[in-house]
Order: sequence, then structure tokens, then C-alpha cells
Amino acid sequence: MMKYIDDYKNPGAARKITENINTLAEKLPAAKRNFSIMEVCGSHTMAIARYGIRELLPENISLISGPGCPVCVTDAGYIDTAVELSRNGITIATFGDMINVPGSDTSLGKCRSEGADIHICYSPLSALELAEKNPDREVVFLAIGFETTIAPLMALLETAKSKNIKNLSIMTAFKLVPPALEALTSDPELKVDSFLCPAHVSAIIGERPYQLFVKKHKIPCVIASFEPLDILYGIEGILEQVVSNKAFVDNRYKRVVKQEGNTTAQHFMDKYLVPYDASWRGIGIIPRSGLKLKNEFDEYNTEKRFNIEVKPGKPNPACRCGDVLKGKIKPSECPLFRRTCNPFHPVGPCMVSSEGSCAAFFKYVK
Amino acid sequence: MCLAVPMKIIQINDDNTGIVAADDASYKVSLSLIKDPVVEEFVIVHAGYAIEKLDEEEANTRIDLFRELAEVNSEMVKQ
Repeated sequence: MMKYIDDYKNPGAARKITENINTLAEKLPAAKRNFSIMEVCGSHTMAIARYGIRELLPENISLISGPGCPVCVTDAGYIDTAVELSRNGITIATFGDMINVPGSDTSLGKCRSEGADIHICYSPLSALELAEKNPDREVVFLAIGFETTIAPLMALLETAKSKNIKNLSIMTAFKLVPPALEALTSDPELKVDSFLCPAHVSAIIGERPYQLFVKKHKIPCVIASFEPLDILYGIEGILEQVVSNKAFVDNRYKRVVKQEGNTTAQHFMDKYLVPYDASWRGIGIIPRSGLKLKNEFDEYNTEKRFNIEVKPGKPNPACRCGDVLKGKIKPSECPLFRRTCNPFHPVGPCMVSSEGSCAAFFKYVK
Repeated sequence: MCLAVPMKIIQINDDNTGIVAADDASYKVSLSLIKDPVVEEFVIVHAGYAIEKLDEEEANTRIDLFRELAEVNSEMVKQ
């Protein structure tokens, strides 16, 4: 029995909440009869597929997977740059998911099998240790991720600074969730009626960024965690808002997410980073949706340190990860799905990452 | 990938790191992103950093509510 885990899997409670969801779905106003909920977190995407949450919901409620997988939204050109660095003898430290993501020509995994010095890290702290133990080598950490990962990386820089470590830099491709919600909502080709907001991104940023969004768009937002009961309870919360004709930020993960978020983490992020218009693989440029290092921290900025620039990559044109990421199509609607693109031979990033929609569909949806 | 498993702090070191445990497994993590960590508190860990404390009172209240729902469900099944 895992404390604070198994209690959120209680099947009796799941049945009762599912019943409530069905009752609420019948009461939806005519204009919102067919209602969509987008989850913007790869761990939600995975949990929804794993626990068969879609199959529990009435036909008029659809769950759409959003761009919540950081590996999936990282441009192919980023991989190309990391490949180039590794081929030039730089030590690369990275989260495991990045290894098999196809760049324009090759992947980091293939470079590693050819002898490049590439280390898989569970935590960026391992990259720091690597740099400390190898003072004669340049170590680059592939710093991709949303707010949840950005905060630890800024804490890492703080430690690197205090330890006066000079051979570690980070190649950033940081993305922010609230600007993505804004872009998805403004896309005329998309119909997103509500958002199931991410759990641990919200632990960092708190409720306020969503409040500003809801005030502008009048779209229900519910913050929920990843256990099956948490997800069902989150969906129930969204439908309750619609039935009562309200739209607000409902924090249903109060056991972790504070209203103000993690202010220590926010302090580190403000200290080191500034927003910029970032490019999302398959989506394009979203205003102020990325964070990059301030100029005063150039020594930790891989691109500045090695005088290189990440250029747009050339992903496989048949891959429809972009449409999957925007929730326009289901993975199974991509012509490559299960055929040329599968976890053993991924063509697009959504099939590589353990959080990718295509990987989740391949593994759990038959 | 986010892990929703709350882990209990079982040791706090001078350098702002600590040991956390869930079941029989224990891990060294950085505690630099949370304020005033205390041994026996539960935290959420991401990429080797504790990113927030778990509010146990809130967690237990919700668990009790879910248990009540399960009981309501089992009463309905019996009827």
C-alpha cells in the first residue's frame, strides 16, 4: 500500500464519480452538448490512456490531448544542434526521452552508438556531478521542459554558480504552459471548450496565470493530479461549471498546488530567465511562450558559449505530430501510425517520448 | 514525465540535499526549491528536486471524501 497513492485509485469512488459525470453530461446546454476537454500535460495524456478514462465517459464528452510533452514540442533543429555538439567532442547530458527523437538526419542515440559522449540523466544534478568530475571537459545539459523542469534547472545554475563550476552550460528550449493555452484557444481551426490543467506545472506557477486566462476567455479550467480519481474528479469539476453556466479556476489538487504556487521556484526563474517568442514543433511561434537565459548569464548559455545558433530543422513531412499536438487529429488518424512509425522505429517525437500522445495510443488504445 | 508519488523526507543534509523514501526505495534529492523542509514531511519530486510539500491534511480530507463516495456506491449496488 503506497501512502497517498492507492487511496486515489478507489474503484467504488471512481464508479460514483463516473455516474455523476454521466448525469452532468446529460444536463449540458444544447450549444455545448458535444463538449471537449483538453489535457495539457503529458502525464495526464499517459494516465488517461493507461486507466481507460476515455472509455468511461459518455459519447458527448471528448478528451483531446494537447502539447504537454516537452520532447514532442522541441524543434528538430534543436536535436540537430545537440548532434553537432556531440560530434565536436562536447559531452552531452540529457533526459532519456531525448535520445531517440529523430532530428533532421539522425538521433542522439545513433551518435552515442557511434562513440559520442552522451549521458542519460534522471536529474540535472547528475550533469553537475559530471562537470565536477571532468573539469577538462565541456558538459552541455539539454535543458528542455515546462515550468516543472525549468525551476530545478535554475536551482542547478544557482548551485553551479556557488560552486564556481565553469565547464557546464545549458542549451535551453524552455516552454511555458499559459501562453500555449492562449494560442490553442485563439486557433480558429480548434474547438477547445475547457482545460484540464497540469498538476506539477501548476505547483510551480500557482492559480493566478489561469485566472487571467479564464477572465479573458470564460473557459473552465480545473487543476488536477494524475491518479484515476483525480482525473475523473477534475472532469466532473469542469462539467459542473458548464452546467451551472460558470467559468473559473477550480484547484482540485490543493494537496500540492498552492494558490500562489512555489514562490522560491518563481524567484529562481525570474532571476535567470526572460520570456521570448518560442517556436513549438508542429505549432509554430507562440508569443512569449519560451524562457531563455538573461544576457548576464551567457557563460551558462550553450549557444553563446560555443557561438552556435539553433536553426529550424527538417522533420519528416509525412509526420503529423503537429496536428496531434494541437488536438486536431487522433494519433490513429496519422497515415504513419503503427506502420512506419511505432516505438521501435519512431518517425515523430510524439511516438518517442513516454509522454507522447502517439506512444500512449500505441501502448494502451487498441 | 511527472511522478505523482509523494515521498517522505527521512534525512536532511547541510548542503540543502536530503533523502526521501517511498515504500522501500530511497533517493537523494535537492531540497533547495522548498521552504523549511522537515523530516517526515511528504514532498513531490521532479527531476531530482523536491518541488512542493504535500499538504497532508488536505490529502486526507480528500481521501475521506472519496471513501464516502465509495460507500455510497456500494450501498447503491446492494439496493
